[in-house]
Amino acid sequence: MLLSVGLSAWLKLGLGRDILIAGVRMTAQLLLVGLILDWVFRLNTPLPILAIGLVMTLLAAQAASSRPRKRYPGLLLDSFLSVFVSSFLLTGLTLSGVIGVRPWFEAQYAVPILGMVLGNTLTGVALSLDRFTGDLSTRRGEVETLLGLGATRWEAAHPLIRDALRTGMMPTLNSMLVMGIVSLPGMMTGQILAGEHPQNAVRYQIVIMFVLAASSALGSLSVVLLAFRALFDRRDRLRSERLRGQRDR
Amino acid sequence: MVLLEARHLHRHVAGRLLWQRVGFTLEPGQCLMLVGPSGAGKSLLLRVLAGLDPPEGGDVIFRGQSQQTWSMPAYRAQVMYLPQRAVLMGETVEDALRHPFSLNVHAGVRFAQQDARNLLRGLGRRDDVLEQMTANLSGGEAQLVALTRALLLRPSVLLLDEATSALDVDATRQVEALLRGWVQEGERAVIMVSHDPDQQERLATAVLALGAQ
Repeated sequence: MLLSVGLSAWLKLGLGRDILIAGVRMTAQLLLVGLILDWVFRLNTPLPILAIGLVMTLLAAQAASSRPRKRYPGLLLDSFLSVFVSSFLLTGLTLSGVIGVRPWFEAQYAVPILGMVLGNTLTGVALSLDRFTGDLSTRRGEVETLLGLGATRWEAAHPLIRDALRTGMMPTLNSMLVMGIVSLPGMMTGQILAGEHPQNAVRYQIVIMFVLAASSALGSLSVVLLAFRALFDRRDRLRSERLRGQRDR
Repeated sequence: MVLLEARHLHRHVAGRLLWQRVGFTLEPGQCLMLVGPSGAGKSLLLRVLAGLDPPEGGDVIFRGQSQQTWSMPAYRAQVMYLPQRAVLMGETVEDALRHPFSLNVHAGVRFAQQDARNLLRGLGRRDDVLEQMTANLSGGEAQLVALTRALLLRPSVLLLDEATSALDVDATRQVEALLRGWVQEGERAVIMVSHDPDQQERLATAVLALGAQ
């Protein structure tokens, strides 16, 4: 960190303050999380762990819903629902089915896996939602032309839904393509550093990657479908008056 | 026989009453011209007639049946709206003309290349226009292709929002001649927004003035 601050001062980047704040925040947040996890891992009832999972989900949904430049009423709820359903479903399947943790809510597994799944789902949800609502405003002419020619709302929105899902899945698919060649995933690196056999670490990583891809696909799909339901009505109309620009920050 | 009828339509925009008690009946062969100053809500009225904007009050009746009870794709396949700025989907003009035939509601109609050629020729386009790239078309050419696309789908009522605004004099006359012939060929009618008083003279069988209460 001192090196970065020094470089910034030397190159007159004006980043010194930002780097300091980011460094201190990161350290403090991780230390705090370490303390909390320490306490959580000693619990063996599911309720507090579920509650922590819910808080994490809420924060993820909040982060996902703050990104889109075009917003509509109910956007936060929609992104919460999609992040929640896909992350909890996939984390639950992983814990009980794939890894076979007993009991399934064992915090040492549940919390870190949920965290990873949430992080990826959040990216997918945020990107696809941003693309979909943005496209509905920039490609409104195309959508309404199709509606005017007799398209159902589904037919009119289909090209935009497809593009939004593709955008949402892009980061996960890209990282899967180069995984192990360009980048060693953080989780695997951590396990290896902690003394785990590389082959075991790889096995976990493969499972996790499929879970992350599935959750981000499910999250993107559900948030786009929820947005579709909110922005088209049963009379096959695009309700573009429900779309508003990003609130002033 | 009445093809399309509007009863007591009214509409606010941003708290301001735009129009009220708008009503008309449209019979086959008619060409109703919507006139009025900019901002009078002429385009909005067309959108309400097409069912693209929710009505605030009143009713639109097509072939004796309220718009509310029509399935919207079936309704819009009959009462077809052309926005002022034409949007063409597809790489070539032929792709753009074929595109709407993939919609469910047009499943019973087939794209007929010869009909497309004939229509475009009637609008003064060269024979190779079908192979042209849509991205290279001028605004006026895109309007003509959009009109052709609509006519190939055999609607009963065309709602045209300044369909000739980007056209030169010759092309405008060709569109007018085409529309005059088209409305005579069956149970068909046109409602159009136009800012051109001469066009009103040449084409309109009835005029509805908005923003003049």
